Amino acid sequence: MASVSIKVNGKDVSGEVEDRTLLVEFIRENLRLTGTHVGCDTSQCGACVVHMDGKAIKSCSILAAQANGSEITTIEGLANGSELHPMQTAFKENHGLQCGFCTPGMIMAATDMVRRYKESGRELDETAIREELEGNICRCTGYHNIVKSIQDAASKM
Amino acid sequence: MYETVYHRATSTDDAVAKMAEAEDAKFVSGGMTLIPTMKQRLAAPSDLIDLRHIDAMKGIAIDGKKVTIGAATTHAEVASSSELADLCPAICNLAGHIGDPHVRHMGTIGGSIANNDPAADYPAAMIGLGAEIMTTKRTLPAEDFFVGMFETALEDDEIITAVSFTAPDKAAYSKFPNPASRYAMAGVFVAMNGGDARVAVTGAGSDGVFRHTGMEDALSSNWSADAVSDAEVDEGDMLSDLHGDARYRANLVKVMAKRAVAAAG
Ligand SMILES: Cc1cc2nc3c(=O)[nH]c(=O)nc-3n(C[C@H](O)[C@H](O)[C@H](O)COP(=O)(O)OP(=O)(O)OC[C@H]3O[C@@H](n4cnc5c(N)ncnc54)[C@H](O)[C@@H]3O)c2cc1C
Ligand code: FES
Ligand code: FES
Repeated sequence: MASVSIKVNGKDVSGEVEDRTLLVEFIRENLRLTGTHVGCDTSQCGACVVHMDGKAIKSCSILAAQANGSEITTIEGLANGSELHPMQTAFKENHGLQCGFCTPGMIMAATDMVRRYKESGRELDETAIREELEGNICRCTGYHNIVKSIQDAASKM
Repeated sequence: MYETVYHRATSTDDAVAKMAEAEDAKFVSGGMTLIPTMKQRLAAPSDLIDLRHIDAMKGIAIDGKKVTIGAATTHAEVASSSELADLCPAICNLAGHIGDPHVRHMGTIGGSIANNDPAADYPAAMIGLGAEIMTTKRTLPAEDFFVGMFETALEDDEIITAVSFTAPDKAAYSKFPNPASRYAMAGVFVAMNGGDARVAVTGAGSDGVFRHTGMEDALSSNWSADAVSDAEVDEGDMLSDLHGDARYRANLVKVMAKRAVAAAG
């Protein structure tokens, strides 16, 4: 068994888990934070994206033990109380979701991409957004409104 | 996933010692290949020895034209290094097109070359740049390091610590990604250094990454996309699978080589 201590959404949490436990299993089953989804078995869909030490990663492709000692932000950690994060608001206003299954991963990927582009002073245009969404699959929307949502939020973040 | 025991190494010596104690351990770095493989139950190491927290294996050092990249440096770090981009933009561009942003935040250059997937990108850069692979036991030229499909010269308890190369006069990488997996169906790295051209091909060869001396000769005397057209790419050496047959891949290699030469300028 592995002892795992992680700061999740600003709160220190710890637990004893089997060494083979995936981070996403720890988040969903131990912490009961079920906003982070599992959409595939092949590390391709991005429904499980969370931030580890500030960077977007696929929580289905890393063990909880590998994340020991890190800081994790999940979709539950974005809003400020009842006030949605600008990216969440943008998805809502631009109809950036239909069934919503991909949405937590999309939003975590989107906030990461806006941060990276802002930090390096590059312009996050539509082409860049589409390329950056390589690791996130949506079966419903056709991506168009997701791209629009991200563009909208990027101007407000 | 089968059961396993996780260990975090603090140094390469510590990692090697932990490897010696374990029954059937594997090193894990970014885990972007190994963890998915374990999830599919295609690998079942008794122990995992994590290299990701060994500081000595991280970072990019530049000394004149000599570049050294620590094995635990992520694809994202290589892609976004402005010092490296000034010297060898081709490798930054290559790293920035591996998988997707989330994979690039975890996956490492050491893990990629240790795995030697026949469709991985970095092996082409290592051969194209004439890189040296440094391990806990020795330093090997890239051409001796890559042995065949998923096969390298690495011993079980040997760790890649860094790779190093001299930045070429010009270089570029062009890949035709599989539309689903984004791995290369053909990827060609070209480099020109003091009149000597190098051409390394990944994704297409039936025995993994390889040098194409025909194209190298043609490009050494005439650095132009046209020079590549006359070179022969042997269909007999190509992979043939559901993504593309040998003839298609042989053609793709030429097209990617032309694009790479054009991009290198
Ligand atoms: C969705 C997805 C898309 C991808 N697309 C691409 C792509 O387009 N192109 C591409 O090239 N790759 C792609 N990859 C693979 C990715 O680049 C991996 O990061 C890389 O292949 C392995 O690096 P890692 O650090 O994650 O290694 P790990 O998975 O940790 O390890 C891989 C192997 O290398 C060994 N190993 C790791 N580090 C060392 C070391 N320092 N010394 C000795 N042995 C070591 C391990 O024991 C293991 O056998 C993709 C992966 C995913 C999940
Ligand atoms: S569940 Fe992680 S990528 Fe699909
Ligand atoms: S909204 Fe349904 S999968 Fe994206």
